[in-house]
Amino acid sequence: MSDPSPELRSPEQHRPVYLDHAATTPMAPEAIAVLTEQLGRTGNPSSLHASGRAARRVVEESRELIAERLGARPSEVVFTSGGTEANNLAIKGLFWSRHAQDPARQRLLFSAIEHHALLDPVIWLGKAQGADIVTTAVDRHGVLRLDDLRASIEADPRTVAAITTMWANNEMGSVQPIAEVVALARPHGIPVHSDAVQAAGHLPIDFGASGLDAMTVTAHKLGGPVGVGALIAVRELELMPLLHGGGQERDVRSGTLGAPLVAAFATAVDVAVRAREAEAARLESLRSQLVDGLSRLVPEAVVNGPAAPDQRLPHVAHVTFPGCDGDAMLMLLDAHGIEVSTGSACTAGVPQPSHVLLAMGYDEDAAAGSLRFSLGRTTTGDDIDRVLAVLPEVHARASAARAVRQR
Amino acid sequence: MTGGPMRLVAAMSGGVDSAVAAARAVDAGHEVTGVHLALSRNPKSYRSGARGCCSIEDSNDARRAADAIGIPFYVWDMSDEFAEAVVDDFVSEYEAGRTPNPCLRCNEKIKFAAVLERAVALGFDGVVTGHYAQVRPGDDGLVEMHRAVDMAKDQSYVLGVLTQDQLRRSHFPLGDSTKPDVRREAEARGLQVASKPDSHDICFVADGDNAGWLAEKIGPRPGAIVDESGEVLREHDGAYAFTIGQRRGLRLGVPAGDGKPRFVLDIEPVSGTVTVGPREQLLVDALDGVSPLWCTAAPRGEMTCTVQLRAHGSEHRARVSVDGDAVHVELLDPAEGIAPGQACVVYDGTRVVGSATISRTRRRSTSPA
Repeated sequence: MSDPSPELRSPEQHRPVYLDHAATTPMAPEAIAVLTEQLGRTGNPSSLHASGRAARRVVEESRELIAERLGARPSEVVFTSGGTEANNLAIKGLFWSRHAQDPARQRLLFSAIEHHALLDPVIWLGKAQGADIVTTAVDRHGVLRLDDLRASIEADPRTVAAITTMWANNEMGSVQPIAEVVALARPHGIPVHSDAVQAAGHLPIDFGASGLDAMTVTAHKLGGPVGVGALIAVRELELMPLLHGGGQERDVRSGTLGAPLVAAFATAVDVAVRAREAEAARLESLRSQLVDGLSRLVPEAVVNGPAAPDQRLPHVAHVTFPGCDGDAMLMLLDAHGIEVSTGSACTAGVPQPSHVLLAMGYDEDAAAGSLRFSLGRTTTGDDIDRVLAVLPEVHARASAARAVRQR
Repeated sequence: MTGGPMRLVAAMSGGVDSAVAAARAVDAGHEVTGVHLALSRNPKSYRSGARGCCSIEDSNDARRAADAIGIPFYVWDMSDEFAEAVVDDFVSEYEAGRTPNPCLRCNEKIKFAAVLERAVALGFDGVVTGHYAQVRPGDDGLVEMHRAVDMAKDQSYVLGVLTQDQLRRSHFPLGDSTKPDVRREAEARGLQVASKPDSHDICFVADGDNAGWLAEKIGPRPGAIVDESGEVLREHDGAYAFTIGQRRGLRLGVPAGDGKPRFVLDIEPVSGTVTVGPREQLLVDALDGVSPLWCTAAPRGEMTCTVQLRAHGSEHRARVSVDGDAVHVELLDPAEGIAPGQACVVYDGTRVVGSATISRTRRRSTSPA
């Protein structure tokens, strides 16, 4: 940096390379069009007059479209404010109602790699509501261990209130064996919920065929707006509400529905599901370009998660750079206009060691040297080339920063 | 120090000074990245009282200042380094009967060491902070540190531990300004922190109760409070609750024979004996220092100069002689209430020469303590 001026504020910064689509992805133009058009209209979907009926029609048509694209019935779609609320409704609602029906049902079985939006409500149920919470282990690739789940169930099936397993992991992209989980639970009549926030729009999803009792989806991970999502739940499932009020959604969820958000959500689901197959192939090829390139440039880099394309999301690459500082890499890439994530949660801006990597058997050092690249609709081959162009320098500097800390 | 744009890390505590310092570095044409140091392992959500740098609220204030200035912002987790180099050191110094200055230690080991080294490794040229001190070119291509223009805010004392290598990479844009000017400038720049109160005391002692905090860390260490004749006046729960020169809170019950107030004169770490006596016994004529750090070259022989013995303390004329790692200071103006562990910072006019840790003090008309 003795002669820094030529590099200062490089023009490449004008167009960021956004590789954090698993955090949130740009809205589909079709969804933006629907949202902005709907924002100009008025009418509470619960009102009885013409404006209310028009808004209600938008909501119900959206519900039908989402149900159709995800293999559900319209009556199974409960709109929420997003994934966090849907997960809270699913797990708390299930625990409370199942426990009320039979106080012996106090065990909640959940995978060790759940997102905090599910993990934290589960832990709260354990601490504050007397639930006996039981973690299911995952393997080295971040896939649920069915033998461990079977053992937990069979220890005393009568006492299991519910099982929850995400469809695809947000950090690794590892796809979970949902059909097998359902098969283990069904003989005992145990309801199964799945957080499908990362899977919807990226993997073929048929709620009805899955055998799940409930499933969480959110709009902003698949091209819709932030602030709307849904819990898709079979009609027979009794859920205790989190929000009491007007009872707008099946008496399970109250609050005036935002017709514009719901309509844009439905459009995004429609676009994503119809484009899914072609887009998945395109992203898989871009991911290969990225992974091949970085393995060539940084041979010691380890790509985590399952290798087989049918066992992982097509657009996520989680990479550990041994002996390197992931936070420093993020910062240096950001300075080059390249936006990635360490994949794990922050506390006061400080990334914490990923509970997912720790559950997979990695140590804190490996967790601290990891990055998640997640690709999406706007990603191009040129974007990947720009990452690879700066990666060696960024990696060298971030490794030096790590060495300084360990001195 | 030199002209031309540089890549700089601005350490942003969430206070007004570091925010204005970062903004001025941007105005000077540097490429500035804001960094808030997470120093606490268990940060509180909100600031309590006037203590800065440990709460999530402070981190958010720093983030908003960076937004307003238009620079990138990150939080660097330095909590392990801080716990080891500053907090643990603070506790063990008190256990050893000394009075440490954790701000000095933080500058020496964290801000201008761990942070600076990380910054340099990442390709930055140096660190910007909101300290009130001046760094300017001196003789022989060396850089010198001088007191701030605003003597009421001057922080050169807590920076007296910086060496030439550290000073070369340090930027203190507020050294030529007064605090009221800095607040006005923050206001004019639209920084939300313009009227935020100054931070005081020790940032990691959340409620300001130093003795209570130490009691929790160290536990009871009973000892005696004695007068100069050795007569026991009462028992205490831990000598760390006392500071040399302390008058209030001694709770001695019986007054001294002459009816005059009594002060803590000495703390003996092994037995925990706290000796009290009259004020005139607090006067110190000479002191020894160890582990000196020099801003430029180490001085040789004897020099007539001034020394400062505590943050915001007064200057004392002194004769200082250096013999390797040992520093001997003869005070021409005696000082009162000086404790081992404190830093003796040596000045030549406004220039900081360096510092040493006080290991022993000598009193007028008494034997070494």
